[in-house]
Amino acid sequence: MADPVFIATAVLTIGAAIVALESRELIYGGIALAISMLGVAGFFLLLDSPFVAMFQITVYVGAVAVLVIFTVMLVRTQELFSKREDRGRKGAGIVLLIILMASLGAIFIFSGLNNPNVMKIQGSGINFTAIGKQMLTYYSPALIVLGLVLAAAIIGALTLARREDLEQRHERTD
Amino acid sequence: MNELIDYIIVSTILVAVGIYGLVVKRNAIRMIFAIEIIANAANINLVAFSRSVNNAQGQLFALFSIAIAAAEVAVGLGIIIIAYRLYKEIDVEEFRSMKG
Repeated sequence: MADPVFIATAVLTIGAAIVALESRELIYGGIALAISMLGVAGFFLLLDSPFVAMFQITVYVGAVAVLVIFTVMLVRTQELFSKREDRGRKGAGIVLLIILMASLGAIFIFSGLNNPNVMKIQGSGINFTAIGKQMLTYYSPALIVLGLVLAAAIIGALTLARREDLEQRHERTD
Repeated sequence: MNELIDYIIVSTILVAVGIYGLVVKRNAIRMIFAIEIIANAANINLVAFSRSVNNAQGQLFALFSIAIAAAEVAVGLGIIIIAYRLYKEIDVEEFRSMKG
């Protein structure tokens, strides 16, 4: 049976995820998304993987949340965010959510994953020297490609967001 | 002590909430929120199974997945800013034409 810390983290994560999607103001949604990501980092800590938890906090709460909040401020239009979805679509979405949750949950609960003798959380967990070794030996090409992907994404985002018309006007006046 | 199935159920609920957001919401930024929630549910599963079988590779995949999700958010928000500049709107139902 799950312990209270787990249940509290689960309620925080799922509740903040729902608030992120349902809040009226988009900026509160961004903050709720950051809280939800913090809850996911809490799950990583409960799973004895503090390295992934710290990475999650650095990337999601540190970088992604700030990026999202800046974008919300850049595209702020007042009447847009109070526009309601139509009710039929929302009801259909909730029905889809419940069907998906029930069917997937039933599959997992009645599968062998629920057997505590087969799938058990045991041992002392992985220390991060093992992660570092894997990252620098077998997965080093993947790590290098990942760095290139990140650089390409940042350059692509910069290229997408720059305004050539304004730059040309500035060059003409210079 | 928590079992593996607890983490899997939490991740299932997060996936369902994320798919609900993708289906219902019309605001492009909220759709990015939903994508992030789904990606995080996948990460919980990766780390939980890695803990269950005592293997470091699940955690490695979670790390790679987090980094790729960060890149994806950067590009997605850049695209949203462009679309806002073109349409003065971030409602995805208004993005009907793709011409620049």
